Amino acid sequence: MAILDVRDVCKDFGGLRALNRVNLTIREGAVHAIIGPNGAGKSTLLNCFVGRLTPDTGTVTFNGKSLLGIRPHEINQAGVARVFQTPEIFADLSLVENVTIPALAKRDGGFRMDLWSRVDTHADVRDHAEAVLEDVGLADKRHAHAGSLSRGDKRRLELAMCLVQDPKLLLLDEPTAGMSRADTNATIDLLQRIGERGITKIVIEHDMTVVFTLAHTISVMAQGTMIAEGTPEEIKSNPKVQEAYLGGAHP
Amino acid sequence: MSTATIGSPSDRSARSPTIAGSASNRADHVKFLIFAAAVLTMPIWLSPVGAAYPDLVQKFAIYGIFAIGFNILFGLTGYLSFGHAAFLGVGSYAAVWSFKLLTMNIVPAMLFGVLAGGVFALLIGYVSLRRSGIYFSILTLAFAQMSYNLAYSVLTPITNGETGLQLAHGDPRVLDGPAGAGLPSTNLFGVETVGYSGFYVCAVALILAYYLALRITRSPFGMTLRAIKSNQNRMNYTGFNTRPYTLAAFVISGMYAGLAGSLMAVVDPLAGAERMQWTASGEVVLMTILGGSGTLLGPVLGAGIIKYFENIFSAFNDQVLSRMFDFLPAGLGDLMVDLVQPFVGDGWHLTLGVLFMLIVIFLPGGVMEGVSRVAGRLRRVRSDRTG
Repeated sequence: MAILDVRDVCKDFGGLRALNRVNLTIREGAVHAIIGPNGAGKSTLLNCFVGRLTPDTGTVTFNGKSLLGIRPHEINQAGVARVFQTPEIFADLSLVENVTIPALAKRDGGFRMDLWSRVDTHADVRDHAEAVLEDVGLADKRHAHAGSLSRGDKRRLELAMCLVQDPKLLLLDEPTAGMSRADTNATIDLLQRIGERGITKIVIEHDMTVVFTLAHTISVMAQGTMIAEGTPEEIKSNPKVQEAYLGGAHP
Repeated sequence: MSTATIGSPSDRSARSPTIAGSASNRADHVKFLIFAAAVLTMPIWLSPVGAAYPDLVQKFAIYGIFAIGFNILFGLTGYLSFGHAAFLGVGSYAAVWSFKLLTMNIVPAMLFGVLAGGVFALLIGYVSLRRSGIYFSILTLAFAQMSYNLAYSVLTPITNGETGLQLAHGDPRVLDGPAGAGLPSTNLFGVETVGYSGFYVCAVALILAYYLALRITRSPFGMTLRAIKSNQNRMNYTGFNTRPYTLAAFVISGMYAGLAGSLMAVVDPLAGAERMQWTASGEVVLMTILGGSGTLLGPVLGAGIIKYFENIFSAFNDQVLSRMFDFLPAGLGDLMVDLVQPFVGDGWHLTLGVLFMLIVIFLPGGVMEGVSRVAGRLRRVRSDRTG
């Protein structure tokens, strides 16, 4: 069953056609990677899923409901969580607070005026946050300032902030960009582990190791269009993909 | 234990898993009680430094409230308003109108002051919060200057323009019954609120204002505001509709300003447009940063320090100075007077400027950062001695 359905999406920036009649169907529970050379339109496409950009034409349907014209926080409340290329966390706050905040959003919705109770009396939210921190291996740093973490730990924290909301769809924009090999491997392990929870994931990634380890299905983009889709094996042997990536250097 | 940022392993094991950045409930209550006691006894412990007279301690309390409210917007939410004096002025006008039309009882005056500040903040905030950063600051500044100029000119029927709004003998005061000879004074159900009794009204208001700010800071709402300050982009993608949160913070801080404005009218029942001028808006920014923005106590300390120094330094004049340097030889004495003169009297803002620069450069977290540094050093010394 499709959880996300993208039909005929076009997006122009000035004279540049960033997305050209893009079609994409994401099955529920799948790990779906979108790959392609720089400037292929992968991030533009992702931004159309979260309300940052609105496509010029076409439809984006999530769980049978259109995502177009809806603001980012409403899309999140509908069950879409996002990890950014550079981890977006609350650097001035502690790790527990970083994870408590999305948990509160999940429990209380987009706006709730509770200015009298103490945060630490909301045991359900706090325990959930602590458990997720434990899960991603950051429990021993839970009172540290998030800004003091390493790049790899920041990514883990950002993942925890998404996981605590039990999203239906998790968008990962280059989750290992700028990471050391060790941090990359740790992130792959973590993503594989959370894969067992059955959250549908869309991964944009340059690192082919990551893509071929994680993904069930791979879509390949080049110059704003989808040029191929298939299993990792099919994609590896697809001549169109080789051409897009390697400029036809391979026979 | 203070609000330690990075817990060392031993630290953690000793502490129950509360959320960092928020002290325990009991520590908060102890601090609150100490604060309340210190505020109520200001006339006693401030007398050695020559600050224990009603006018000045009233100012400490009133500007303390103003700064606490400002800090909810600036310190917690990260929105720097340069127009908060507008709400202070509106609160004053509302209170004086309550004195003129209804009663000299201060309770309705304060309620109207808070209400007027809140409604006015809702209007200005709704428009200004469409932008953030410097654009937000400029918008608030523009609105406040607009209010100031309106109060001076076209709104004269409401504000009495340049003269300022004052009590008059012919005021209706429908709830008070027939007036005696002379102008009545403000009262709290019959008890006159002038001098020290006026101070105690302000002090109780300050204590309640502090308690509300404490509750807000520790609440989910307060944590949400701190998260907005830290990373608004992430907040949107985390499912929070940040606009109503920032607007609520703006309105709450406007209500604090309205309360402070109404208290100014309580202790001295008149209201003038100069209360809304940009210098007054700037002053509360200085108070908050000087004391430590984002902390609970800092803004109150900042307000006290600025009002105290204003009082001390602006009182110096040439005669006082030449008496001070009497003991020096004639030429040297005159030189000293010339050197010190620009920093005192009307020039005391120069002293304030220097003080502000020193604090911002050496203690970016304000006086409260200094306090926590000293406390940290003392704790280390003590643990060295025991360990």
